[in-house]
Amino acid sequence: MKLLQPPGAAAVLLTVILLAAWQAVFMIAGPLAIASPASTFAYLVQQLSGPDFWVHVWATGQAFLIALLIAIAGGLAIGLVTGLSATASQTAEPLLMAANSIPKIALYPVVLLLFGIGLPAKVAFGAIHGIIPVAIFAMNACRAIPPVLLKTSAVLRLTPAERIRSVLLPSALPDIVTGIRLGFALTLIGTILGEMFGSKSGLGYLLMTAIGLQNTQMIMSVTVLLIAFAATVSTALLAWERRLRQRRGG
Amino acid sequence: MRNRVALYRILAVAIPLVLIELACRLGWISRLTLPPPSQMVVGLYGILASGRMNAAILETLKNVLLAFTGSVVVGVVLGAAIHRNAVARRLLEPLFSTWYAVPVYAFYPLLIVMFGLGDRPEILIGFMLAVVAVITATLSGLDSVPQVLIKTARVFRLGPVRTAWQVALPYAAPHLFTGVKLAVAYSFIGVIGAEFIMSQSGLGYEIRYAYDNLDNSVMYPLIVLVLVVAVAVNMTLDAWDRMLRERRGAGR
Repeated sequence: MKLLQPPGAAAVLLTVILLAAWQAVFMIAGPLAIASPASTFAYLVQQLSGPDFWVHVWATGQAFLIALLIAIAGGLAIGLVTGLSATASQTAEPLLMAANSIPKIALYPVVLLLFGIGLPAKVAFGAIHGIIPVAIFAMNACRAIPPVLLKTSAVLRLTPAERIRSVLLPSALPDIVTGIRLGFALTLIGTILGEMFGSKSGLGYLLMTAIGLQNTQMIMSVTVLLIAFAATVSTALLAWERRLRQRRGG
Repeated sequence: MRNRVALYRILAVAIPLVLIELACRLGWISRLTLPPPSQMVVGLYGILASGRMNAAILETLKNVLLAFTGSVVVGVVLGAAIHRNAVARRLLEPLFSTWYAVPVYAFYPLLIVMFGLGDRPEILIGFMLAVVAVITATLSGLDSVPQVLIKTARVFRLGPVRTAWQVALPYAAPHLFTGVKLAVAYSFIGVIGAEFIMSQSGLGYEIRYAYDNLDNSVMYPLIVLVLVVAVAVNMTLDAWDRMLRERRGAGR
């Protein structure tokens, strides 16, 4: 345990273990099934130094950011509005849970027919993946606010804006951040899935063509890049969440 | 209060459906984009009555069931093992928290090379998605077990396996159930998604085939079928979960 004490040590060790496991799978399954870590990183560096790859990174980044903004804004709107009323949250909860259990990938033909191939379809696919967890966590965060705080803010005649800023957000924020963390991961995978099926650009498109061509170096390069990005952001969000919870606890 | 909430729920589902139906019937939405919902249901009935999709439906359901069962068994055992080992837990938690951003489908070609074409890679994709939800739910469930129960088990000299089986896991059941519900959803997502990408059979393949051939009369009913089955399974588990919680609350 002492070995893991310094911050980041666990992450470094985990990375080393995952790389070793990857190398082991490569040695068992062979180069036709998976690219080795060394050849993947060589390939990734080569890709990143040319302009073509960045076009796809940028296409994904743009679609992902728009989808994430829609998922967070939409999810918070749904969650905060339903969370503040007992009737609304009781009505909405099973519906949101049911919507969460839908395999959204089955909806991709509908999204493509509605939006056509391109940026709007990717954004829509990313947003429908991310919006529901944000909404569920925001709703439950609001329901968990002690009623005495809401009553006090009513007694003090706070305006709705003041109420949100000084009562709602501080007490609901940690759970909202949890929802945003999940929504972030799901929006990313949703955007990538949207690109795999309904797009001619982006990392998902690269992944899909690489799967078709059995280009294992490209498959692993894109996967590593996505994992590194997702791990960095969600670790940062997790740290923020812990800090918020500690502050509230203290 | 309860009846009113139930009414609101029905309205929240029914009003959008009626609006879509109207928009389709009045021609505001082209039938090539979206046929009226009632027509999808009629089409689904026709497909189910003719029995021509039965093989695909059964295959998908079988694979989902295998992925789900495997993920619950393996997830609970792994979760309980990781819970006992603080080092493993510190190492693995960052992995679990980013897992759902990993494009698991990227590993599909690897799984095909390792396990051959057929059902096994699809089941494994579903399993890989679902198992992490079960592990994290098991961890948070075991965290919620009061120390006094663990100490009592020690007083009665129960071994670690019996403590887990007879004391900790039953106490953690509500958390576990959340994981089980997620595992159902992820098994569906994984299996049907894998069928979309590279497969010659199953519901996902049939939907994609219909989409590629612009065959809305098959595609939409099958999408409705997937949605209805996933939601029905989820709601059944939800009702069961609520029943268990109520019984537990009454027992105290």
